[in-house]
Amino acid sequence: MTSFAAVIQLVYVLAAACFVIGLHLMNSPATARRGNQVSTAGMVVAVAATLVLLIHDGTVTAAGWIVLICGALAGSAVGLYSARTVQMTAMPQLVSMFNAVGGGAAALVGIYDYIHTEPLPGGVLGTTTVATLLDAIIGAVTLSGSIVAAGKLQGVITGQPVVFRGSRLINVALGVIIIGTAAFMLGTASLPALLVVVLASLAFGVMMVLPIGGADMPVVISLLNAFTGTAVAMAGIVIDNWALIVAGALVGASGGILTKLMADAMNRSLANIIVGGFGTGDSVVAVAGPGGDAQVKSIQADDAAIQLAYASKVIIVPGYGLAAAQAQHAVAELASVLEDRGVEVSYAIHPVAGRMPGHMNVLLAEANVPYPQLKEMEEINPEFARTDVSLVIGANDVTNPAARRAGTAISGMPILDVDQSRSVIVIKRSMGTGYAGIDNELYTDPKTSMYFADAKSALGALTAAVKTLVA
Amino acid sequence: MSTALVTDLTIFVLALLVGVEVIGKVPATLHTPLMSAANSIHGIVLAGALLIGVTADNAVGYILAFVAAFFAAANVVGGYVVTGRMLKMFRRKAPAAPPPAPAVPAGPAVPAGPAAGETSAAANGRPA
Repeated sequence: MTSFAAVIQLVYVLAAACFVIGLHLMNSPATARRGNQVSTAGMVVAVAATLVLLIHDGTVTAAGWIVLICGALAGSAVGLYSARTVQMTAMPQLVSMFNAVGGGAAALVGIYDYIHTEPLPGGVLGTTTVATLLDAIIGAVTLSGSIVAAGKLQGVITGQPVVFRGSRLINVALGVIIIGTAAFMLGTASLPALLVVVLASLAFGVMMVLPIGGADMPVVISLLNAFTGTAVAMAGIVIDNWALIVAGALVGASGGILTKLMADAMNRSLANIIVGGFGTGDSVVAVAGPGGDAQVKSIQADDAAIQLAYASKVIIVPGYGLAAAQAQHAVAELASVLEDRGVEVSYAIHPVAGRMPGHMNVLLAEANVPYPQLKEMEEINPEFARTDVSLVIGANDVTNPAARRAGTAISGMPILDVDQSRSVIVIKRSMGTGYAGIDNELYTDPKTSMYFADAKSALGALTAAVKTLVA
Repeated sequence: MSTALVTDLTIFVLALLVGVEVIGKVPATLHTPLMSAANSIHGIVLAGALLIGVTADNAVGYILAFVAAFFAAANVVGGYVVTGRMLKMFRRKAPAAPPPAPAVPAGPAVPAGPAAGETSAAANGRPA
C-alpha cells in the first residue's frame, strides 16, 4: 500500500467514525441535529477523499468524468427536491425510495465490478465471489421490493395484501432459480447467469412485498432498510472499501433492530408477516369477549369538551387515522388550549402508530408538539390509571383489551392500557374494525364515549367548545 | 480465502456490533429520523460508484456508472436534507405561543397557522 493510498484509507476510517458518532448522538432529541451534522461531515470527507484519489490516479477519462458528474448532479437535484418538498405524512414512501436507490446503486456497483473484471487476466474469470452474489441478490430484492412498498404507501398499489393462487409456488420457483444459479456461478463465472440472478431477485422483491398489508409497513420498511445496508456492505467487500463496509453494517444493524422492535410491537414473527397480511389467515378463531353485544355510548362535542376541560390529566392516543385525516395540527391546538387551562396533557405513542417506526412522533413534532410530551408505550402505560380522560383518535387495534386474552387475532400484542383510565373518549368515523378485523372491546366499555366524526372536524369542534364553554 | 476478505469480514462484524450497541440506545421518538439518517449513511455507496465508475470505457459501463451515481447521489443528498428537516422540528418547548384567538362560537374551527412549521423547515434544508 502506498502512503497515499494509506492516507485515503485513514480518511475513510475517519468518515466511518463520524457515522458512528453521528448515530450515537441520536440517542436524544437534544443532540440529534448535531449527530446529523457530524454524519454529513463524514460523508463529505469520504466523497472528497474519493475524488482526490481518482484525480491522483489520473485514470479517469474525460467521458468518465462527464458521466459520473452528470449522474451525481442529476441524482442530487432529485434527492434535494424530494427531501425539501415531501410531506411528513409521505415520509415512509420517501425513505422507501431511498432504500430502493441505495440498494440499486449497491447492486450496480457489484454488477459493474463483475462485468469489468471478468475479461481481465487474473480477474474473477473462473469463479464468482459470495460477496458479489449477495450484493446483487440483496440489492436487487431491495430495489424492486422498496418500489412496491412505496407504491403501496402512496396508494398507487393497493394497500391490501395481494395474494393470488400459485403466488407461493412462484416464490419457491424464484428462490430455487436464484440459489441454483448462484451456486452454479460459484464454480463458473458467467455474465448471463448473473443477469438471471438479478432478474429473478427483482421479481422476488416484488413478490415478497405484494402480499404484505398496509398495517405491516413499519416492519417491511425496516427490513428493506436492513437489506440495503447489507447490500452496501457487500458492495464494500466486493470493491474492498472499508467505508462502505462500516456504513453498510451500521445501517444493517439499525434496520435489523427496528425490524425486531416493530415485529415485537405487533407480536408477530417476521415469517408470519411476510407470508401474509392480517385477515387473510383462517387459523384465528375469534373468541367472543364479555358483553359482546353491549351498547355503545355516543357523545357530542360540548359534553366531551367539558370532560376534557375539567380533567386534571389527559392522555391523547393518536393512531394512523389521525395522520390520514391530516389532523395533527388540530390535535396540537386542542392540547395547547387544554394546557392553558392547567390540564396535564401527554401523548401515548404505540410503536406501530404510524406507517414506519417513529412516524407518529415526527408528525406531532411537525405540529409543534414538544417532544417531552411524546411518551413511549412502556413509559405511559402505568400512567393511564391516574388519568381522568384518554382521548383516542384514529387508533384502534393497539387499544383493544382483547389482546390480553388468548384466542383473538391480536392476542399477545402489546397494547396501550387505555381502558384503565377513568374515562375514555374515542373519536372515530364509524364502528368499523381495524386492520385485525375484530371488534374493539374498548368501545363497548361503560366508561367509553364514542364521538362519531372525522378526526379533523371533531378536534376543531372540541377546541372551539373548550374555548367558549369554559372561557 | 484472501487476507483482504478476512479483514473485510472482520470489519463488517465489528461494525455490526457497534451498530447494534449504538442504535439500541436511540429512543422510539427518533426512530424515523434514525432510519432516515441510516439511509443517508448508506449513501456512501456513492463513493463506491465513483471508484468503479471511472473504469468505464464502453456504453454499457457508462450507463451503469451513470445510473449508479444518480441513485447514490439522490440517496445521500436527499437522506441528509430530509433528516435535518425532521430533526429541526423536534423541540423541547412549544415555540412562542400563537396570538390568543378570539373566542368563537362552537363550529368547525380552523387550526391556526397550519403551514408555519412547514415553510420554516423547508427553508432550512441544508445543501449537501
